[in-house]
Amino acid sequence: MAGAAADAHEEHHQPYGWTRWVYSTNHKDIGTLYLIFAIIAGIIGGFLSVMMRWELAEPGIQIFHGLASMVYGYEGAAAIDAGKHMYNVFTTGHGLIMIFFMVMPALIGGFGNWIVPIMIGAPDMAFPRMNNISFWLLPPAFILLLLSMFVPGPAGAFGVGGGWTIYPPLSTTGQPGPAMDLAILSLHIAGASSILGAINFITTIFNMRAPGMTLHKMPLFVWSVLVTAFLLLLSLPVLAGGITMLLTDRNFGTTFFSPDGGGDPILFQHLFWFFGHPEVYILILPGFGIVSHIVSTFSRKPVFGYLGMAYAMVAIGGIGFVVWAHHMYTTGIALNTQRYFVFATMVIAVPTGVKIFSWIATMWGGSIQFRTPMLWAIAFIFLFTVGGVTGVQLANAGLDRAMHDTYYVVAHFHYVLSMGAVFAIFAAWYYWFPKMTGYMYSPLIARAHFWVTFIGVNLIFFPQHFLGLAGMPRRYIDYPDAFAGWNLVSSYGSYLSALGVVIFLVGVFEAFAKKREAGANPWGEGATTLEWHLPSPPPFHQWEKLPKIN
Amino acid sequence: MKKILSAAAVLPLFTWAQAAYAAQPTPWQTRFQPAATGIMDDVIWFEVYTLWFIIPITLLVMGLLAWVMIRFRASANPNPSRTSHNTLIEVIWTVGPVVILLFLAIPSFQLLTAQYTPPEEPAITVKATGVQWSWEYEYQNDDNLSFSSFMLQESDRAAAGKEDVEQYPRLLAVDNELVVPVNTTVRVLVTASDVIHAFAMPAFGIKVDAVPGRLNETWFKADREGMYYGQCSELCGKDHAYMPIAIHVVSQDQYDAWRAEAQADLGNAYKNLTASVESREDTKLAAAGK
Repeated sequence: MAGAAADAHEEHHQPYGWTRWVYSTNHKDIGTLYLIFAIIAGIIGGFLSVMMRWELAEPGIQIFHGLASMVYGYEGAAAIDAGKHMYNVFTTGHGLIMIFFMVMPALIGGFGNWIVPIMIGAPDMAFPRMNNISFWLLPPAFILLLLSMFVPGPAGAFGVGGGWTIYPPLSTTGQPGPAMDLAILSLHIAGASSILGAINFITTIFNMRAPGMTLHKMPLFVWSVLVTAFLLLLSLPVLAGGITMLLTDRNFGTTFFSPDGGGDPILFQHLFWFFGHPEVYILILPGFGIVSHIVSTFSRKPVFGYLGMAYAMVAIGGIGFVVWAHHMYTTGIALNTQRYFVFATMVIAVPTGVKIFSWIATMWGGSIQFRTPMLWAIAFIFLFTVGGVTGVQLANAGLDRAMHDTYYVVAHFHYVLSMGAVFAIFAAWYYWFPKMTGYMYSPLIARAHFWVTFIGVNLIFFPQHFLGLAGMPRRYIDYPDAFAGWNLVSSYGSYLSALGVVIFLVGVFEAFAKKREAGANPWGEGATTLEWHLPSPPPFHQWEKLPKIN
Repeated sequence: MKKILSAAAVLPLFTWAQAAYAAQPTPWQTRFQPAATGIMDDVIWFEVYTLWFIIPITLLVMGLLAWVMIRFRASANPNPSRTSHNTLIEVIWTVGPVVILLFLAIPSFQLLTAQYTPPEEPAITVKATGVQWSWEYEYQNDDNLSFSSFMLQESDRAAAGKEDVEQYPRLLAVDNELVVPVNTTVRVLVTASDVIHAFAMPAFGIKVDAVPGRLNETWFKADREGMYYGQCSELCGKDHAYMPIAIHVVSQDQYDAWRAEAQADLGNAYKNLTASVESREDTKLAAAGK
């Protein structure tokens, strides 16, 4: 026994070839897999959105009848009908892919896996094999979702067109074909993947911190992943329950959500949003942590109000569980219920405000370098504020009545996600890319990527506030001619953002082609967390001698 | 006829003509549609009120960011401070937002309450049922007048006498509008027979989901005559974008005349109503022209 233990210490079994990846139990390799997966999913999800914007560039149906005849072989009037449904399939796919297969894998699976163990001075995650299955559940989940686009949904059409919220009865009797069942199974598997990941992070963070690293000395990114993991652990089972009931309603004759048998469609909305609202904080919280580190690093100052920052995230996570019905103001819930949810929702603005002001205070008095990650982080702070204040408007049920299900809501949540979460992902990418690969990217290409994306996404989403106020409902393939102007602007923004993605990929290839050595710490004295004390890329196993935190 | 008069009209006439058909979106619009009910007046007021808070907050954040980026850039401030705490400022930026939220909450709760408090017992009750993909309206009184309302097909424009795309826009105009009298509180019972839809009328400030197995209730009191357009606001399948809602607000006598005829001959009732509305507008135009 003693001999075996000694062997494990001395012999650093480093797998190579495909086994290194498929059998991987190494948190850095698994993190890399997650990041590659997120990039692929992001490109597919982005492709769906550009198709939608292309369609919406002008009133009338431009491309989807053509797509429907290309992909499914419909002709004539049937192609138009199939195209209309296909548009809904694209909105559904875009939402589900970006949430479950792009943002979550990138922030939690990717950067969380890569950086959290290093930051807390741990050699790896607590359950390395479970880490492996967490990742490898995702590709089958993704394949199921993609497959659902090619099997029958409603009568005479293919794919799931129920929106990412999959409200019954549209997701039960409205689409009897197997496409919805595949999508539900996809969500089940992706959810199981996330729950396993969350258990792993919680265990790792609670038990594997280096000596001296108390909870109150833990880097904020670790705090953010910890809070996120709890949100995942508590909310995903509720989604799983909801979609299981959906599955049995569809296939086994139950009537949880069908009034014909005494059920109620609104019950599903409560279950869905009890998961769905924490979910949107799951998407943004790791970004909060990332931005804190980047702002601190490039201001060469410690994070301002560290404890306030940490507990603001705990508060946002906690309150996030008691505000779900603000997605349901128009469903007919009682007046007093609406009053409560207005109040609770507005409270979230307080800890969020603390974070915004603390980031600015971190920069205040600093010595700020505008390197690429900092550009993304500063843009994050500003654009997240814009999305945040429209969120405060939408919190008011009386006003939301006019804005609900319009493009105003679309603009709001893309400001906090497409410009919040995604900007945080790119900030993290440019911040940790030298650490993860050992190579420095071209700052010129990285800056071009930033500016093209910044202008592009604002062009897409700012005009959507106007469309929403004017009354344009979401999830529409065609719109009254009066909405044409802003829609065209929005579509141009989408094309520009797509160009941004191309520049991003060029930058990645350039960095790997040029192989500029980044060094252990390319960011200077402001970068104080533990990962910068390791070489770039870090050794296959790090912290075999645990670091001491003072 | 109306068009010719409008074209010849002077500015006040032009603004009047706009007002009559204002309850539909206009190109490059950036704000809410004009209100046709007291509730929507309140909604618009409250939206502007919130802007008085959120725009300054956004500008403050932008200004602070700009200031720190200029003042504390590495070249201007080579030696960073090590400050990481200031209890006073942290208390201020926690309590400040709380106060702002209180200022928002009070009128917000008033608006919310008003939306659930009709000024009087509604004189008319209409049941609106969402079906894939049209609306069914049923007046809840003795004769139970009921009819379906489908989106106006382009091929039917001529037959329906709705060639004017200004007044009957593509995707908004319907074959049979819901007709109600002006200055009358109307209760709308909303439900659906297949999947969830949502009954929405932007100019009235109402939106309520049509849920199978549930009967939701809303109300409006339109204070201006005219044709008002809304669209289904909950994803309901492939033709979600093609089931608009049109409410024609007319005078009490026009409503009574339409109502009397509608049960026997709905098509004719609409024809006579349109004729009556147009002749009255022509009279108004002529009067305003002098």
